[in-house]
Amino acid sequence: MTSIPMPEEGTLTTKPVVDETNYLKSAYGIKSWLLTQDHKRIAIMYMIGIGIAFLLGGLFALAVRLELWTPTKTIVEAATYNKLFTLHGAIMTFLVLVPSIPAILGNFVLPMMLGAKDVAFPKLNLLSFYLWLLGAIGFVVVLFAGDLDTGWTFYAPYSIRTQTAVALAATGAFILGFSSILTGLNFMVTIHKMRAKTMGWFRMPLLLWGLYATSVIQIVATPVIGITVGMLFLEKLFHIGFFDPKLGGDPVLFEHFFWFYSHPVVYVMILPAMGVISEIITAMSRKHIFGYTFIAFSSIAIALFGFLVWGHHMFVSGQSSLMSTIFSLLTFSVSIPSAIKVFNWLATMYKGSISLAPPMLFAMGFLFLFGIGGLTGLFLGTLNTDVHLHDTYFIVAHFHYTMMGSALIGLIGGLFFYWPKIFGRMYSHLLGTISFILIFVGFNLTFIPQFLMGSMGMPRRYYNYPPEFQAYHQWSTVGSFVLAAGLFTALWCFIHSLFRGEKAPDNPWGAVTLDWKTSSPPHHHNFDIVPPVTDPYDMDDVYWDEESKGYISRSQQAALQELAAGVSGTQEKNS
Amino acid sequence: MSGQEQMQGAGQGNHGFAHPVPMKILVGVAAALIALTILTVLLSDFHFGAFDIWIAMGIAAAKGTLVALFFMHLYWDKRFNGFVFIASLFFVAIFIGFVLLDTHTYEDGVKQYQQDHPPSSHSVPLSGEHK
Amino acid sequence: MSQAIDSIHGDQGQLSHEPHVAHHFESAEQQYDSAKLGMWVFLVTEILFFSGLFCVYAVYRSLHPEVFLYAHQWLDKGLGALNTVVLIISSFTMAWAVRNAQLGQKKALMINLTLTLVCAGTFMGIKAKEYSQKFEHGTTWGASFHPHDNAFGETHDGGELKKEDMPPNTQLFFSIYFALTGLHGLHVLIGMGLILWLLVRAAKGTFGPEYFTPVDIVGLYWHLVDLIWIFLFPLLYLIH
Repeated sequence: MTSIPMPEEGTLTTKPVVDETNYLKSAYGIKSWLLTQDHKRIAIMYMIGIGIAFLLGGLFALAVRLELWTPTKTIVEAATYNKLFTLHGAIMTFLVLVPSIPAILGNFVLPMMLGAKDVAFPKLNLLSFYLWLLGAIGFVVVLFAGDLDTGWTFYAPYSIRTQTAVALAATGAFILGFSSILTGLNFMVTIHKMRAKTMGWFRMPLLLWGLYATSVIQIVATPVIGITVGMLFLEKLFHIGFFDPKLGGDPVLFEHFFWFYSHPVVYVMILPAMGVISEIITAMSRKHIFGYTFIAFSSIAIALFGFLVWGHHMFVSGQSSLMSTIFSLLTFSVSIPSAIKVFNWLATMYKGSISLAPPMLFAMGFLFLFGIGGLTGLFLGTLNTDVHLHDTYFIVAHFHYTMMGSALIGLIGGLFFYWPKIFGRMYSHLLGTISFILIFVGFNLTFIPQFLMGSMGMPRRYYNYPPEFQAYHQWSTVGSFVLAAGLFTALWCFIHSLFRGEKAPDNPWGAVTLDWKTSSPPHHHNFDIVPPVTDPYDMDDVYWDEESKGYISRSQQAALQELAAGVSGTQEKNS
Repeated sequence: MSGQEQMQGAGQGNHGFAHPVPMKILVGVAAALIALTILTVLLSDFHFGAFDIWIAMGIAAAKGTLVALFFMHLYWDKRFNGFVFIASLFFVAIFIGFVLLDTHTYEDGVKQYQQDHPPSSHSVPLSGEHK
Repeated sequence: MSQAIDSIHGDQGQLSHEPHVAHHFESAEQQYDSAKLGMWVFLVTEILFFSGLFCVYAVYRSLHPEVFLYAHQWLDKGLGALNTVVLIISSFTMAWAVRNAQLGQKKALMINLTLTLVCAGTFMGIKAKEYSQKFEHGTTWGASFHPHDNAFGETHDGGELKKEDMPPNTQLFFSIYFALTGLHGLHVLIGMGLILWLLVRAAKGTFGPEYFTPVDIVGLYWHLVDLIWIFLFPLLYLIH
């Protein structure tokens, strides 16, 4: 994931050829990347940046798992351990999961799916990337210069009292929030204003519904975390006292503020992944998506319900029992749109002609892992079981099943799906399949033991633990290394394809959305001629072409022929 | 005046999207806003008990509506822009409403605790003991 | 199939592009609509951003009404009202400036932008006077709240503030006061920068009936800053 072809290096001496039909070759030199306003190049810069952050966060996770190999000290001191899990959580949420799919895959395909040349505000898009970079640098400075031991949640009053670098990390989170808002704003306006003329709302691919719902959350929720970390900053610097009981403040208020953002934001992570899964499943099953409008509206419903349930993170925090009851009840309502999606995906696969290429493997893995992640959430949404399970490894396992097992698996599946479009290269299906098996086995091996020890009462974030939990911890640690091996295999598969991969056809999977009706890699302005808008899942529109080893769209071909034949005719008519 | 307005309007070139707000409306809205400001200050000298805050907020809301509709052009704008604005207030209402409901229901518990554990002088500082 | 032809708008579109229309938009109107929607969405984020502090206000005012009743007497209602009027006038000149830009009245546009800037400066000047008073009295936020003897005595309304009447947690009022007005003041300063930028561009004759988007969207921002103050004024200054 961290390597891209930099065409200028090899070709500097032989004069690079500017090729407008390939965005990777439309301009050369480092500046043409760093100052680009092309959404596709920005997506690739995000891919590199987020890939590095993911590597860093993943290494911290491995260090945490390694430390937990024995009940006492294994490799690091307790303070370092606190820092490791805090940075693992903060980096994975703020730097990886929140931006990941919208910034990488969304940026790349959203304008193409709409038949547009770019997002509405290309400069803001670039600014958003640099804000992300600035926030990331903030976290790296925390990593090397200071300590951070609050967990990624920065709960007051501990975060006010601790001498560690909370103010700096809060500034980083604030800047990252800005980046996230700008992406959401950009996507929302683009979807509203830049659709091809004949593309109505219900002819949009489902990934766009997912991204639209995501941008609603980014726009509404992110400013609240902005002001929250802003207030935390004022607490640290000026002792303003909103959250400090010594000054008449209320720490529970901080948790309300924090979760008003941080609960909806888990849907920022999962909704785009669900969109990607919708695209993969329908293309790989060679069947029209089942229940288009239900999937579309369930995305919006999840986004809206997501704002009504934040208190389920606070059942044991001192929140009133009245509100806990209300929040518990509302929490269960979120499971309805989520289940609607899962049933519709399964119905799409039913009697489909399923291809088990790597993207589909990841999509099916998603269904399995999201099922576990979602259903274990019900125990946590129930008041009395939550009191027992709260702050145990059960929670850790639950949210890893939704965040990593669903959101990140969705991202990896999406990368396997869109890779041929992004770089114009096919990858080894064998390597892709091996990586899936390792990731899937490793993931379950890591987190199923955590469910077990969590239900037995092993608290999260502890440095030492009673010896009876050691076997579970060791299984979990073994699993995490298998998982890491799988991820590195996927990385190797991607890098290998850049250098050794076969040239990809324009439409290797037979998807019908507009992004597959341009060249691979796409034209600098996305399309030579914008293809006609069809039903995005009408599988009859495409047929397999043995010669190009890819699919060809009938409507697009017809339109091109008509254009070629009728140019003179239309001109006469017009005059 | 209005005839002149129309002529200027016609001379706007070929774009239909420029919509200059008539001067009469701008002046009228500004005058109404200042009048409402004076009204709310005057009313603050009278006491209506629990209604005070609602009267003050009602006047502020009226002023806000004037600003949004005419200065911010929502009256003539695409309806969706207005919808976006109103939707944001809906989310603010959820946010503040839920938080208020919660702090008020657990506040009794806090007071009960304080009664059972009378504060010593150092635990509830009047001010400035936070060092 | 005519539908297919409708949606074909390739690179030929670029030839007919007017100046000010970026390559990825098809028309000036699409660009204008996008910018406007984008600004409204941005204003939503601003509203939610401020809502955090409004929420803090609502929680503490409803839990400790006596604090707000007592402490608001330290604020000068007259100066607050004056600032409200100043901001309303600036909003008016800003709205007028948008009209000027749309009609291509360069000179009037510059005059109105300058007037808006002057009003904004006046607002900040009055704010600075109020702040300095608070620092003199020691009535500042949170841990730094140590009202001096000169803070007590006769109020602006002619009432009397007695030290012994001061309820516990009075510092919360000033934490909220400084956070809210500080954040609002920061927005005024940013707005002044934006208006200055408009003024420079207006002097170059950039704006006219064909292109007035920046004036329009900075105007929207400025009106929102006014709108927030319209609520802050009664919430902080006019309390019973």
